[in-house]
Amino acid sequence: MNSILTAVILVAVIAFIVGLVLAAASVLIDVPMDEKTQAILDLLPGANCGACGYSGCSGYAAALSKGEAHPGLCSPGGQMAADAISELVGVESVKNLPKASVVHCSGSDCNTSKKTLYQGVNSCMAANQLFGGMGECPYGCIGFGDCVASCEYGAINVDNGVADINPDLCRACGKCADVCPKHLIRVEPVSPHAVVKCSNCDKGVYTRESCKVGCLGCMKCVKVCPLGAIKIENFHAVIDSEKCNGCRKCVEVCTQQIIQLIGT
Amino acid sequence: MSLTQLIGIFLAAILTENYVLCKFFGICPFLGVSKKLDTALGMSAAVTFVMVLATAVTWPIYTYILVPKELDYLQTLVFILVIAGLVQLVEIVLKRFIPSLYHALGIYLPLITTNCAVLGVTMLVLDKGAENPSFGYIASLVNALGAGIGFLVAMVMFAGVREKLESCDIPESLKGLPITLVSASLVACSFLGFNGIVDRLLN
Repeated sequence: MNSILTAVILVAVIAFIVGLVLAAASVLIDVPMDEKTQAILDLLPGANCGACGYSGCSGYAAALSKGEAHPGLCSPGGQMAADAISELVGVESVKNLPKASVVHCSGSDCNTSKKTLYQGVNSCMAANQLFGGMGECPYGCIGFGDCVASCEYGAINVDNGVADINPDLCRACGKCADVCPKHLIRVEPVSPHAVVKCSNCDKGVYTRESCKVGCLGCMKCVKVCPLGAIKIENFHAVIDSEKCNGCRKCVEVCTQQIIQLIGT
Repeated sequence: MSLTQLIGIFLAAILTENYVLCKFFGICPFLGVSKKLDTALGMSAAVTFVMVLATAVTWPIYTYILVPKELDYLQTLVFILVIAGLVQLVEIVLKRFIPSLYHALGIYLPLITTNCAVLGVTMLVLDKGAENPSFGYIASLVNALGAGIGFLVAMVMFAGVREKLESCDIPESLKGLPITLVSASLVACSFLGFNGIVDRLLN
């Protein structure tokens, strides 16, 4: 008992001395943070999500105060943060439209089937390494929810085999987009626009075999779009969210009914 | 302990007992910071400083506090505590006086805290002291300094090798970390050639 007590006291004393020295050092020779950086840091939401591309909010604030960064990069802060920061650093206010992540796949269990029985680790990344996952469609959502695990805001849930993101909870940090092995998730503005919920890169004939609702690349939406916002890339339709104004024409014409209007 | 012996300890710590290339301690900063010569130099200087300072503090703590109280089993715990405190101190000092080095080292500076080379030096000099009673405080400090310089030598050499690698046509599958590890192993092999050189040099 006695020796344990000595050990505890000894380590505590050493830790206390080290703590005292450090406290003294931090008081005596500490560098105060730049006032501007501190003011910007106060305006940022403090989520440290990394959506801006810097190492957390303090990294972004430091870059902003040096004038190296664009004020409209903070997704969680949205327009309010962008306005406040622009005012503080003295540049013209920039548009920082609210954004949200969107899953570009509709391959739920009722629309597509499994080609193999997978009994490995419950992770999309692991399943993807084994012949690209067990789904019939080699481009579709695997459904183990790597994105769900990566989301810090609880905005994603896997519904019937496909990930679904709640745009109200999503802060557009882009972490889910990074972990998705199929690259199905993209960060898009929340303004009304249409989204093709399919990323199948096979020709229409093969797409039809693997999924009931895959984009066949039939060009109907391309022809009907008055703004020229849709084009066929890798045998599936892709909508330019900046050009699209959400007129619903493509939504109505899609035979597979996989074009959805979001942000309304 | 004579001067010749101290020089022998110093040279041995650099060449035959190189902590990175012969004992494989501190591989993380060795691979992480050796991309550029100036950060490699800065990191080595910080590590050398922490090594000497850590040995200077931990040796008396071990010899005069832990051993008499029969608490030498607390060695690892107490040493890590002291090293962590020292690294924090070095960080504060660097941030104040050499901010450019502070930013260049980035995350690797706090990582010295868990750098096994530092802990390895402080613990291995005690083992040497136990084997050979004449291996005292001064010899331990010289050994720590040598270990730090050895770290520097390894880092600088490897930074050179990596700069050469930049201009090489490396197969796609080996690009990045794989080729770095392969070249690290080759550099480590070359250090085997120093075996026995120090003893011959001084006797």
